[in-house]
Amino acid sequence: MAECVGVDSNTSGHSMDKSITLPPDEIFRNLENAKRFAIDIGGSLTKLAYYSTVQHKVAKVRSFDTTAKLYEISVQEEVTARLHFIKFENAYIETCLDFIKDHLVNTETKVIKATGGGAHKFKELIEKKLGLNVDKEDEMTCLIKGCNFVLKNIPHEAFVYARHADSEFRFQTANPDIFPYLLVNIGSGVSIVKVESEDQFERIGGSSIGGGTFWGLGALLTKTKRFDELLQLASKGQHTNVDMLVKDIYGGSYGCLGLTGDLIASSFGKSATADKEFSKEDMAKSLLHMISNDIGQLACLYAKLHNLSRVYFGGFFIRGHPVTMHTITYSINFFTKGEVQALFLRHEGYLGAIGAFLKGAEEDNPNQYSWGENYAGSSGLMSVSPDMNPMQRARSGTFDMLEMDRLERQLVNLPLLQDPSSYIPDTVDLTEDALARDYWLYCFEDALDGVVKRAVASQPDIPEAVVRAEKFRQKYRHKLLTLRHQPFAYGSLTVRSLLDTREHCLNEFNFPDPYSKIKQRENDMALKHYQRTVESLDALSWEDRQFALVSGVLAGNVFDWGAKAVSDIFFLNLGVDIILGVMPFVRELLSRGTEVVLASNSGPALNDVTNGELQILTERIAAMDPVAGLQEDRLTLVQSGSSSPCLDLSRLDKVLAMVVRERQTDLVIIEGMGRAIHTNYYATLSCESLKMAVIKNSWLADRLGGKLFSVVFKYEVPLGKVHHNGATLMLS
Amino acid sequence: HFVSLIKKKLTFPWFGMDIGGTLVKLVYFEPKDITAEEEQEEVDNLKSIRRYLTSNIAYGKTGHRDVHLELQDLTLCGRTGNLHFIRFPTQDLPAFLQMARNKHFSSLHTTLCATGGGAYKFESDFRTMADLQLHKLDELDCLIRGVLYIDSVMSRGLSECYYFENPTDPDHCIQKPYTLENPYPLLLVNIGSGVSILAVYSENNYKRVTGTSLGGGTFLGLCCLLTGCSTFEEALKMASDGESTRVDKLVRDIYGGDYERFGLPGWAVASSFGNMMSKEKRESVSKEDLARATLVTITNNIGSITRMCALNENIERVVFVGNFLRVNTLSMKLLAYAMDYWSKGQLKALFLQHEGYFGAVGALLELLHPS
Repeated sequence: MAECVGVDSNTSGHSMDKSITLPPDEIFRNLENAKRFAIDIGGSLTKLAYYSTVQHKVAKVRSFDTTAKLYEISVQEEVTARLHFIKFENAYIETCLDFIKDHLVNTETKVIKATGGGAHKFKELIEKKLGLNVDKEDEMTCLIKGCNFVLKNIPHEAFVYARHADSEFRFQTANPDIFPYLLVNIGSGVSIVKVESEDQFERIGGSSIGGGTFWGLGALLTKTKRFDELLQLASKGQHTNVDMLVKDIYGGSYGCLGLTGDLIASSFGKSATADKEFSKEDMAKSLLHMISNDIGQLACLYAKLHNLSRVYFGGFFIRGHPVTMHTITYSINFFTKGEVQALFLRHEGYLGAIGAFLKGAEEDNPNQYSWGENYAGSSGLMSVSPDMNPMQRARSGTFDMLEMDRLERQLVNLPLLQDPSSYIPDTVDLTEDALARDYWLYCFEDALDGVVKRAVASQPDIPEAVVRAEKFRQKYRHKLLTLRHQPFAYGSLTVRSLLDTREHCLNEFNFPDPYSKIKQRENDMALKHYQRTVESLDALSWEDRQFALVSGVLAGNVFDWGAKAVSDIFFLNLGVDIILGVMPFVRELLSRGTEVVLASNSGPALNDVTNGELQILTERIAAMDPVAGLQEDRLTLVQSGSSSPCLDLSRLDKVLAMVVRERQTDLVIIEGMGRAIHTNYYATLSCESLKMAVIKNSWLADRLGGKLFSVVFKYEVPLGKVHHNGATLMLS
Repeated sequence: HFVSLIKKKLTFPWFGMDIGGTLVKLVYFEPKDITAEEEQEEVDNLKSIRRYLTSNIAYGKTGHRDVHLELQDLTLCGRTGNLHFIRFPTQDLPAFLQMARNKHFSSLHTTLCATGGGAYKFESDFRTMADLQLHKLDELDCLIRGVLYIDSVMSRGLSECYYFENPTDPDHCIQKPYTLENPYPLLLVNIGSGVSILAVYSENNYKRVTGTSLGGGTFLGLCCLLTGCSTFEEALKMASDGESTRVDKLVRDIYGGDYERFGLPGWAVASSFGNMMSKEKRESVSKEDLARATLVTITNNIGSITRMCALNENIERVVFVGNFLRVNTLSMKLLAYAMDYWSKGQLKALFLQHEGYFGAVGALLELLHPS
């Protein structure tokens, strides 16, 4: 009784506008390497997907024995895979196809996967313009495939909408187990689909009363043609002038059934008269309520019958419209008495295109990789509320983008998480905490000059680095501005996401590792002090030594290196920290006979040590330190899978998870402000854990009720667990 | 006060009243076994009310007596007589109260049992305008009581309950009587201005499963806005002359035929009013088409929700009542079809002759046999 996407001939007043020029460095990026195209053409929007390979510079370290230098840093070109998704109004299709044709180099591509109700309408145009064969894919299959993909790969994909709450969008923590769920797709009609696994789904029902009913009936009643305008009308109307409420019949509430007076008893019940005029706004509002309530009720009945509690809503009726998300949420709340929450998706508009793309890319096995949202190349969620701010207004009618990077490593949960489904990495949700948000946004803005300077300095021999650094500044500043207005644009706003966004933007402009030289210099210096440090540690009594070791990990400044001025939000984590702090600590554990798994970042982030650097450092230390364990396999170095100063324990390298399991790890040490305070401060593990950091930010220290440079040393033992002789995992 | 009245001999007149959002339903028991003695004692006011109600079939401009539903030679509380079924729009209640005042109804010291939301909303109007005290009753209690009573008295002759045989074959779809023996459990769907769905397990054990605001009031309300009509009869007449497929977008309009992957037949409605998204199509449809589409949309939606409730409650028999179904064979056949088709023959749609009067009957029974 329903379908997904409506095809409409008078969707918008736009005519084919070929005169628009596309800013090529922003939209349809990397077309020269593009292959595997897919397109989803809906009633008003087209979503295009393609796969590209991106060349970007990475700093690689290599052991270098012959010179005085510790290791060599070389900037190399690396090729990574990226998925591009672009959304634009159907009116731009021809322009876009022309643009793609002009820039497409790859000639291997023969086919374009297509889905959506409008695919057949534009089939000829696509085939003519691109010279590709249009291969139609089933809409529903694409939709579900896309939905599974975003739920698995994008943290904070799903959210609950609460219009009047402090933060309108409440993002859900990614549950590792996404199945089963119900997808209610509200296109012209409604389809209700039960999804049980990657390949198993069933359309269990639907309804003919959907977005098309709102649009069609709304157009008849109000003489308003556009869907968006109808929603605008509805948001200004009073449904009580048109609907017959319980109190209109009862004079008050129908007490014994618990039906309150304000409940709608009969939609349009008051308009059953020939001699009264009703305002367009009121009728549109009444219609919106009628349709939303009806869909919500059916969704609840199906959810109940199939015993499902996760219900996602999508389709053009929902698509980011606060008005409909609100009415649907209200309806679900009412009919389930709050037991089921209506869930929405940040990338709901892209599901069909993602699914169609995945269908075409099956031979590449895209599902065996982990993917990450690239914050630099993605537009983020924009609220299209009636009272939208100027930035959004400028955005509507243009282009929206999503980019996903294929991660080199497959990411999984840390097996030692107490409850993966309730784990929240971030300590403070800046989407909800307006004070903290203001502070951190200001902070990152303030630190931007320093970061730009550092980026330029990291490439002294390349004159155009200044230009790129300036582009980086503009891009990141724009992101910060966006986040100020739309904190929910990329899911929950956190210190971690602000840092990650900065890393993505730096990478975007080929500043892969601005700190590599500094790190190299500091490591070199620290290494020179290593022997003396461990000797003086060994000279201490056992108790004094433990204290000194911990202090070493915490601050790295116990050896008279002097306190550092806080120049960036994050203090250095390298050189001193690793070689003179972490390594002596690890050495102590090893000499007690404990196995140690030392995890470090896979890719660069600020001045954090990377796994590549650590491999070399450990080799060097082992060469000069006879302590047993450093040479043997009691110390295992692994990648964390992260390239961030913070750490999401639900997205760690699969190998790390495997090692943790094999070594029967029963103590986890998390070190540093990013990993132990901004994230994981409240993380509960199933084994003993130790979180240690120095608060190097006075605002945060204030907030936590301490002073600048206060120490957090948090040792937790889960009930009934005592330390056995398993390995220790050190996350630094 | 009420109980003491009951203990005395029940004085005439006997009324039951159901004041809904759109219509007031009134049942009146006319005693036919009045003795000469009684006749003499009968006060003039009572006599005039009896004569007024039984000798007319229309009251004012909007009041009607449904003569075809009248139950004759009925025995109630030891008295034999006829049960009359009268309705008028709720908006004309003031005129009714004026009449009651003119006819000095309050002098009869009768108890007026009333149900429906209006019993609460207009209670003070009854008191101030007509000096009448209402005995208010729950509408769902009355509804169920009324259904069970009417079915029991009708089974002697004509059957109260009926269904449509071959609902999916328009050429052979015929109305057939149905015996409501062992009716439980049953789903009772009352379609008035809005819709209430009850699961009934026994005479005294039922629950309201859910309801929807898309009911008879929505049909009429939307029809008035879309076509300029003003009465239910007009709207129905237009609907019967229209073609909903010009307004609705069907599965075949999108997929060219059946959507086989999901077992959706081409004739199924994919999007109600979906064709009206297009300007050209909006300009080419008639008022009749719009009325028909409204009727089909509302009816199918009630069918969907009912079917889901039946599945959730594990009930196979569904009885549809309420005034939306009055002279509305179109909707009844649609419901019969939808129940049968989408449940693959598992669900049976049943209908009752006295469609909208059960609440009023239940109220009358409460007067005679307080529960």
